[in-house]
Amino acid sequence: MPTAALTADRSRKRPFWTMERRDSLVGYLFIAPQLVGIVLFVLIPLGLVIWYSLHEWNVLAGTFRFVGDANYQKLAADPALGDVLGATAIFSAGLVVFNLSLALLLAILVNQKLRGITVFRTIFFSPVVVSLVAWTIVWSFLLQANGGINGLLQLIGISGPNWLRSPPTAMASVIVVQVFKNVGLNMVLFLAALQGVPRELYEAARVDGASRFTQFHAITVPLISPTILLTMIITIVGSLQVFAQIAVLTQGGPGMSTTVLVYYLYQQAFQFHRFGYGATISILLFLIVAVLTFAQWQMRKRIVFYEN
Amino acid sequence: MRTETPRSELSPRARVALYGLLCVLAIPFVFPTWWMVTSSVKPISDIFAFPPELIPSRFDWSTYAEVFKLQPFAQQYWNSCYIAAIVTVGTMAVSSLAGYAFARIKFPGANLIFMVVLLGLLIPSEVTIVPLFQMFLKWGLVNTHWPLILVPIFGAPSVFATFVMRQFFIALPVELEEAAKVDGLSRFGIFWQIALPLAKPALAAVAIFTFLHSWNLYLEPIVFLTTPANFTLPQALTQYVDVYQGPMWNTQLAAATLTALPVLVVFIFAQRQFIEGLAHTGLKG
Repeated sequence: MPTAALTADRSRKRPFWTMERRDSLVGYLFIAPQLVGIVLFVLIPLGLVIWYSLHEWNVLAGTFRFVGDANYQKLAADPALGDVLGATAIFSAGLVVFNLSLALLLAILVNQKLRGITVFRTIFFSPVVVSLVAWTIVWSFLLQANGGINGLLQLIGISGPNWLRSPPTAMASVIVVQVFKNVGLNMVLFLAALQGVPRELYEAARVDGASRFTQFHAITVPLISPTILLTMIITIVGSLQVFAQIAVLTQGGPGMSTTVLVYYLYQQAFQFHRFGYGATISILLFLIVAVLTFAQWQMRKRIVFYEN
Repeated sequence: MRTETPRSELSPRARVALYGLLCVLAIPFVFPTWWMVTSSVKPISDIFAFPPELIPSRFDWSTYAEVFKLQPFAQQYWNSCYIAAIVTVGTMAVSSLAGYAFARIKFPGANLIFMVVLLGLLIPSEVTIVPLFQMFLKWGLVNTHWPLILVPIFGAPSVFATFVMRQFFIALPVELEEAAKVDGLSRFGIFWQIALPLAKPALAAVAIFTFLHSWNLYLEPIVFLTTPANFTLPQALTQYVDVYQGPMWNTQLAAATLTALPVLVVFIFAQRQFIEGLAHTGLKG
């Protein structure tokens, strides 16, 4: 190997700074900014959030005292907890199911060889690049009792509800708004996966007389399963972080029906200034994400049939 | 999106049905943007008209002047632009250096450090928002743009970028670098002159999603920023409210249009790069 020869040559001139050592130093320098950032902005805050969660810390009252697991007990007994976890679960489940099935449908449609199909790809993807809050504001305008959606419904004789002011339709609205915003991203991932499926497999199946459904079930789904899993992970973890949509559309209401975990965390910590309690909710969020990530990692072994 | 000879397997009838389905499905993607732009130029009395006017019959451009009168909107626009620009360039630098080192340089503890960095993917930034607020408060940086610049470049949001860059550099043939090494190029030289120019597709992907992420940040600005002159666009949009905290719809929609349209127009012209770039990160990630 030429590297070894070079190293031997260099080490005779500079006994300490061998090629390996210099290379290692360069390696450390290259990763230093990222590593320092992770320590400073992720690991230390994570330690602090655990520390804070053991304290009663009310900025308004000026208290900061060690209370052990009192915040955790308070959280477990919090009458709002059930509502918050329920809203979070409904949002995540609704989002994942609706987002992934629509994304797959759109990907299959825009994968057809049709004139002008790229126009549709562009259209379905375009909300991804529209500012999130701008998109959400338009929908809150559209979803009002006298807004555009109900205006259009009235034209065909349906009088629509006040979408954002009654519990089931408020949650459904938040999910729908979020799905149309980001489904293009998953569509593109599915499209790339679909285009990676070898044509010959379909041709062979067609020769064998397999129906379109059988082809989809027996060829497409197994072969794109890594992408299904990837989009599922991205979508679930993303769904747990939803905040701006809730803040703009419903402020967690009506009642607690759309108060998801991050919104509750924001309310407790930054509106009611209960930083210790907010830290405890942060830990709960962290645990949920960690458990889901671990579960998905395990699932990977079972449902993924094909990987490069 | 590869080009192939069209499969002529669809019958004309199936093709018409397909176009019909695509057009119906396109409505929820197109209509909100159309409604935002058209409502922003309607007189206030027309924006809730029934039946809804799909094409405005009367125009009132004064709302666009209102946008700038009610808030320092130009300043807020600039805030969002320059923060997103710095974050994008900074993330490209940090993530390509780290991604290259993890992919190509052998150094003791590399795997362990990579695991530590990957923790950033596992921990949503919302989890650490309370301590981060306290830290920046202690450093006297609350109500400045530093938290919105430093955390995304160095913290958890750039880990995904580092991961994408690493995956890309791993897939790059080693031979190119071996030759450069023999020619006496330094590690940084190899990185800068050989690896990085080849990594343009991955860099473009990193740039696109970093820009969109920064442009859309909402929780962090409302936590860290308190005075309107420091606000970023997403935060500013929600401030167009009347004395009863009810939204001033026409002004809000005009401001939303000014926020959304520029990026949308850039996207329409460069949509191939956007879509392929983001598909790339998903596949390699």
